[in-house]
Amino acid sequence: MAQLNAQGQPYEDDAPEPEAPAPAAATASTDALDDLLAEIDGSLQVNAEQFVRSFVQKGGQ
Amino acid sequence: MLSTDIPPPLDVDPARRIFGLETEFGLHLDTGAARPVTPEEVAGHLFHSVVQWGRSSNVFLPNASRLYIDVGAHPEYATAECDTLTDLIAYDKAGERIVHDLVAGGEERLRAAGVEGTIHLYKNNTDSAGNSYGCHENYLVRRRADFKAFASALLPFLVTRQIVAGAGTITRTPSGAHYSFSPRADHMWEGLSSATTRSRPMINTRDEPHANAELYRRMHVIVGDSTMAEPTTLLKVGATDLILRLMEARVVLPELTLAREMQAIRDVAHDLSGKATVELADGRRLTAVEVQQQYIDLVRSHLGGVIAPTEEVDRILDLWQRGVDAVRTQDFSGVETELDWAIKHRLVMRYRERLGCDLDDARLARLELAFHDVSPERGVFSRLQDQGLARRIVSEADIQRAMTVAPQTTRARLRGAFVTRALESGRDFTVDWVHLKIAGSSGTTVLLKDPFRTEDARVDALLDALNPA
Repeated sequence: MAQLNAQGQPYEDDAPEPEAPAPAAATASTDALDDLLAEIDGSLQVNAEQFVRSFVQKGGQ
Repeated sequence: MLSTDIPPPLDVDPARRIFGLETEFGLHLDTGAARPVTPEEVAGHLFHSVVQWGRSSNVFLPNASRLYIDVGAHPEYATAECDTLTDLIAYDKAGERIVHDLVAGGEERLRAAGVEGTIHLYKNNTDSAGNSYGCHENYLVRRRADFKAFASALLPFLVTRQIVAGAGTITRTPSGAHYSFSPRADHMWEGLSSATTRSRPMINTRDEPHANAELYRRMHVIVGDSTMAEPTTLLKVGATDLILRLMEARVVLPELTLAREMQAIRDVAHDLSGKATVELADGRRLTAVEVQQQYIDLVRSHLGGVIAPTEEVDRILDLWQRGVDAVRTQDFSGVETELDWAIKHRLVMRYRERLGCDLDDARLARLELAFHDVSPERGVFSRLQDQGLARRIVSEADIQRAMTVAPQTTRARLRGAFVTRALESGRDFTVDWVHLKIAGSSGTTVLLKDPFRTEDARVDALLDALNPA
């Protein structure tokens, strides 16, 4: 089996670098969020109240 | 018969720690069926395939993690022992995929039993009636005589940690709804206790190290929320680890003992403005922002000393500071793709604008459930990730590998190899966190007391015994 993280190596090197936000990022992500909401809106509206109420389960730990 | 040739414990760098996350998932059958279907029945169908190969609904997987049905018919997944935060995140995310992979089979069996419906699994902490279930964090710590005082000293940090690591939730009250930092906060009843279901403490002090008890204890933190975003999990566990490292190095923490922890955790949770104060035992009143800032400053002051500077520590401190700043300035945009409460706040508020409704509208509650749905298709969180609206830390390949291959730098490597080989051989076996045994033989039980040990001749012998000659 391959080593997931060879010891002694900084494993962060394997992780992708956090992307620097592009200048237009705020607008772009605003649009992406609106697009996503538009897409799921239909399914969220169907019997929302009944759907939510039917999720009842005993507590865990 | 227990094997006696137990190797001596490894000498381990104090900065290394074993982490684990246990997640109880919400189980929801959406059905128009005429007859009532209990969560227990749904869980039974969901775990049918697990029982088929594992002969039990309580199994250890080839990736060395544990999968079972817990109190209240909650599917629970406990990650294998990880010694890096990136591994921990990958194994936690792998657990979401593993439980999701049971859904199609469960729905099929329900259909065969005459129930048409859709099974949803939520990585959240409350159902619609306000019942709570948890996400438990495990930190291996070096044993010390004053464990209770040690654990108590962590409480001011844990009570206020929710302003950065909380999952966020719409809280409904008779007088309307508001957005809170943490769904779990209202369900905490005391600071420390050795019980979990009767009395729900923030830290469970049951002495069950799953390791050499002379050397280790397990800090079992049960106050945290289940977190969806990988950076939130990194911060939740990473910041806690940093504070524990200071405490284990006997660094004196700032005097922040709270006068009333249960009151404080609720006051902080329900005040998104960050202006609410908590009362300290010495009579001072501080905001959660001020308390968390003291911990950040303390960690910074020990960088290069007790805390070795790494890119990961920088990343944790950076996100921690930006989270605290977001609450202080009330500008959440700096963390709205990284911290669960801010990601969800943005999503919920945008949908509310779109609908022009009140915050207690059922459609917003429906959206909240969809946010926590672990399904890659039905779940909104995975859609946010795909759109770049929730940042990632581990790669898709890391998560895929974590679904079947154990962490390679801890004891989990040995358990994973044993479970994998035993399943291939078709032999019965028993396994838990510290034991391995081939059943039905006069074979020995191998006791694995050292969670850092990745090589063991006794396990090699077990693996050989499982090999067809």
